[in-house]
Amino acid sequence: MNMDTGVRYLETHEWARQEGGEIVIGITDYAQSTLSDIVYVELPEVGDALAKGDQFGVVESVKAAADVYLPMGGKVVAVNIALEDTPELVNEDAFGKGWMVRLSPTNLGEWEALLDAEAYQKVVEEEEAAH
Amino acid sequence: MVYIPHTDVERREMLAAIGVQHLEDLFQDVPEKFRYPHLDLPEPLSEMEILQELQFLASLNLNANTTPTFLGAGAYRHWTPSVVDYVISRGEFYTAYTPYQAEVSQGTLQAIFEYESMICDLTGMEVANASHYDGATAAAEAVIQAYNVFRKKRAKIVIAPTVHPHYRQVIHTYTQGMGMEVVGGDDPTTPLDQLIEMVDAQTACLIVQTPDFLGRLVNLEGVADQVHARGKGTLLAVVVNPISLGLLKPPGAYGADIALGEGQPLGLGLNFGGPYLGFYATQMQYARQMAGRLVGKTVDIEGKDGYVMTLTTREQHIRRDKATSNICSNEGLMALAATVYMAALGKHGLRQIAELNYHKAHYAASVIDELDGFTVIKNRPFFNEFVVRCPAPVGEINAFLRTDIEEVEIIGGYDLALDYPRLENHMLVAVTEMNSRHEIDLFAEALGAFPVENGRSDR
Amino acid sequence: MSEPLIYELSSPGRAGVKPPQCDVPASALPAAFLRAELPLPEVSEIDVVRHYLRLSQLNYAIDKGMYPLGSCTMKFNPKVNEVAARLAGFAGVHPLQDEESVQGALYVMYSVQEYLKEIGGFAAVSLQPAAGAHGELTGVLIMRKYHLDHGDAARDTILVPDSAHGTNPASTSMSGLRVVEIPSDARGNIDLDALRAQVCARVVGLMFTNPNTLGLFEEHTEEVINIVHGCGGLVYGDGANMNALAGIMRPGDAGIDVMHFNLHKTFSTPHGGGGPGSGPVGVAAHLVDYLPGPIVMLDPASAEDEDPYFTFFDPPRSIGRVKAFWGQFGVIVRAYTYIRMLGSEGVRQAAEHAVLNANYLLSRVKGAYPLPYDRICKHEFVVEGHLKDAPDVHALDIAKRLIDYGVHPPTNYFPLIVPEALMIEPTETESKQSLDNYADILLTIADEARHTPELLHAAPRNAPVRRLDEVRAARNPVLRYEH
Repeated sequence: MNMDTGVRYLETHEWARQEGGEIVIGITDYAQSTLSDIVYVELPEVGDALAKGDQFGVVESVKAAADVYLPMGGKVVAVNIALEDTPELVNEDAFGKGWMVRLSPTNLGEWEALLDAEAYQKVVEEEEAAH
Repeated sequence: MVYIPHTDVERREMLAAIGVQHLEDLFQDVPEKFRYPHLDLPEPLSEMEILQELQFLASLNLNANTTPTFLGAGAYRHWTPSVVDYVISRGEFYTAYTPYQAEVSQGTLQAIFEYESMICDLTGMEVANASHYDGATAAAEAVIQAYNVFRKKRAKIVIAPTVHPHYRQVIHTYTQGMGMEVVGGDDPTTPLDQLIEMVDAQTACLIVQTPDFLGRLVNLEGVADQVHARGKGTLLAVVVNPISLGLLKPPGAYGADIALGEGQPLGLGLNFGGPYLGFYATQMQYARQMAGRLVGKTVDIEGKDGYVMTLTTREQHIRRDKATSNICSNEGLMALAATVYMAALGKHGLRQIAELNYHKAHYAASVIDELDGFTVIKNRPFFNEFVVRCPAPVGEINAFLRTDIEEVEIIGGYDLALDYPRLENHMLVAVTEMNSRHEIDLFAEALGAFPVENGRSDR
Repeated sequence: MSEPLIYELSSPGRAGVKPPQCDVPASALPAAFLRAELPLPEVSEIDVVRHYLRLSQLNYAIDKGMYPLGSCTMKFNPKVNEVAARLAGFAGVHPLQDEESVQGALYVMYSVQEYLKEIGGFAAVSLQPAAGAHGELTGVLIMRKYHLDHGDAARDTILVPDSAHGTNPASTSMSGLRVVEIPSDARGNIDLDALRAQVCARVVGLMFTNPNTLGLFEEHTEEVINIVHGCGGLVYGDGANMNALAGIMRPGDAGIDVMHFNLHKTFSTPHGGGGPGSGPVGVAAHLVDYLPGPIVMLDPASAEDEDPYFTFFDPPRSIGRVKAFWGQFGVIVRAYTYIRMLGSEGVRQAAEHAVLNANYLLSRVKGAYPLPYDRICKHEFVVEGHLKDAPDVHALDIAKRLIDYGVHPPTNYFPLIVPEALMIEPTETESKQSLDNYADILLTIADEARHTPELLHAAPRNAPVRRLDEVRAARNPVLRYEH
């Protein structure tokens, strides 16, 4: 399982990265490996204004569908349209080409409340142990 | 014990293996005060006896298939080729379950794939699901699909008052908890333009029917564009008679977003109202908001073609409270019947059946229109059903047709006053390929013999 | 050899079944409305017969062998039922004929309403719902409307146990209500403390499957019902598992307010490869007025007559119709035939032997497969399809290996609260030999899982196709034949 130390995390397995005042969001490598082969990603519309914790999409495998939640609030400035035809990008490169939305954040202060890689690693370990 | 194969010896062996003495011991967790209630059911019958009784009960019903019948209104007497019942009587089809284990369900799965393909061809749409319970519930699912397409942000729907009354009622029932505003009214003379004007940017969909409940063809050329423009994307859902599509332009050809209807005419028989078949098709961009099962083509690990249920994350067994619908059991065997029907008649046969319906209905309209006191409403083209203004309440005329003519009973048309108060004395007459010229002439003759004075004396 | 699609058998100009000649003068066709082409297949009748016969042979079915899908009640479908439903005087009746001309059909419907009232302990039954999920939607809407009518508009919540069928939460959402999930306890019952914590003035009702999807009878049935009634909520019974209870306990007696029956499970009507089913709904006295109509009633004026007269009736506070016309009549005739052949004793014996068969099969396999809840089960039981000493083998592998041995797998990966679940419901119509055969196969497979797991991973080999690529089907959907 890959971890990215340059991003922050949510306990529900989403990540957020700061890029020039905007926030790029996706799901973690652990999340994609639990879902296995991803066949479809539902994304919000550009222009949607969403709050931290809002559901912004759905990630589907053949036998499961996972709701995904926003680590930070803001206005959607772009979505990864490549996922429409190649949802497997999330499996192949969860922290890179598998990104999902780009936000203009409402409150950069929300960044500080997110988990760092070490804290998220603990979340994953606890979940693994529970199974 | 009927249908239970156990011998006394086997039962004892089995109880011993479980470690109990009696069958009752298996039910100790059921509260004693409720356990083993007395049931007041009739004494059991043998197969011979029950069939004798059923034959008697069946004989109490007037069989529309063997009676001159002019009743339609959403269920139609059509001819079913023998091959249809032959196929759906195969135990391999009718005693199978939903094809969850694809490797041992390829027969069902491929047949559904063929059904989906044929419904697409018939309606001119891009994707069809594996069926709904009937046309009415398919119409309700169209509303819910439209609601989901707009992510539940649009709560208004416009329904033409000439959509089948039962369909309109079922839509009301289904949506009563969703906070929807249903408009369109129940005046059958409302022009289409007026309905289109009710569409706005809060409207999820407009539902129209053609031929409409009064049998009239509705010209929907250009309507989809108007609806999309007025409502900023509002969907157009069209209820269609599948036999009419043997002859007439399909909804896909004029840009509909959803096409649906009652599949009963496709070889299913009347069956006193069910089981029937809701067919349902939409455009590919909406496939994920559609309800119901879908079968897709794929390959197995050796590269051999095969079929599986797919896009199942829309469905209740995976998505639970966020599913597109709660539908689980559908009308699988009825979809198979329709598939065999469409294959057996094929490209040419279905067109011929549709033409027979058209010509016979128009012949009937022409002879009825000549009768004193009866006027066919002819302001719009029709397919196999039309409205006749009668000199008396339709109930009285139908009673006369059933009981007061010598030698034969006739099942007359539908009394439109039941649904539209202003259409008192208006009969909806259906004519299909099953109505011979002789039957039609007999019907006209009988209507002509209705004692008009008697009818009027009540008024 | 794969069977080609019917389209691939098509030959331009080939005629199928021949319609009759037109015996009336032709009328002008409406040019503006005509379609350009109709791309259906062009095949002969023998092409159709052979194609669909060959497809049928790719299916497994009850008529071939044991089909122990949990919660599906795949019992024998008696052949007399098929004859009954096809009698011309039933199959040929138009739903809108005058009532006087359909008295035989109304008698059958009335009788089935009465039988289901008696078996379920209810005050009234509507036959209109077309399937189990359709019955659930009907039931939830009835509960919702009941509260609204009593000025209780704040109720917006349905409690659903975590072992419930997916249709329960889906039916709830369709009714515009919210779902609160109730966990199960260590014995597989509803967790009473969790239930108590959730009951409040927002509760419309509880959806209660009893026996539940673990095949276990709720050991606190009365308490569960009392807790929900105590907050003013109603209790919906999911009748999917009624094959364990018919003649054993009447849900209405225990305080269930509304319940659907599955005629295609408990009452032997065929599943048809996915449908049609039939999901009549029974209700207690306080909900009678809310049923979807019309329902059939005996004309009171004729009650004492030798020839009673039946008529349709719309309940006054009805939620509205849920379907066009009256219900799945052809399915209702089959259920009528079945109930008349069983009688009271037969109905009870069916449930007793369904439970006997499940417990016997469980006794034969419980050493070999982990059993999450070790209790006397009802009509079905759940084991784990994952063995400690065969870590790479999953429930799916076991299911597919059963196919190689010529039997149908159980339901797998449901209920969701048991990991790697295999949910087995043999039904009463299987003989001891049939159960022993199935048990022997399951034991052999458990052995293979430890010693030759590759056989399971490669299964099935003895089927028309091998494992299919579902990921490809979902990523690049091919949902129709392309001309």
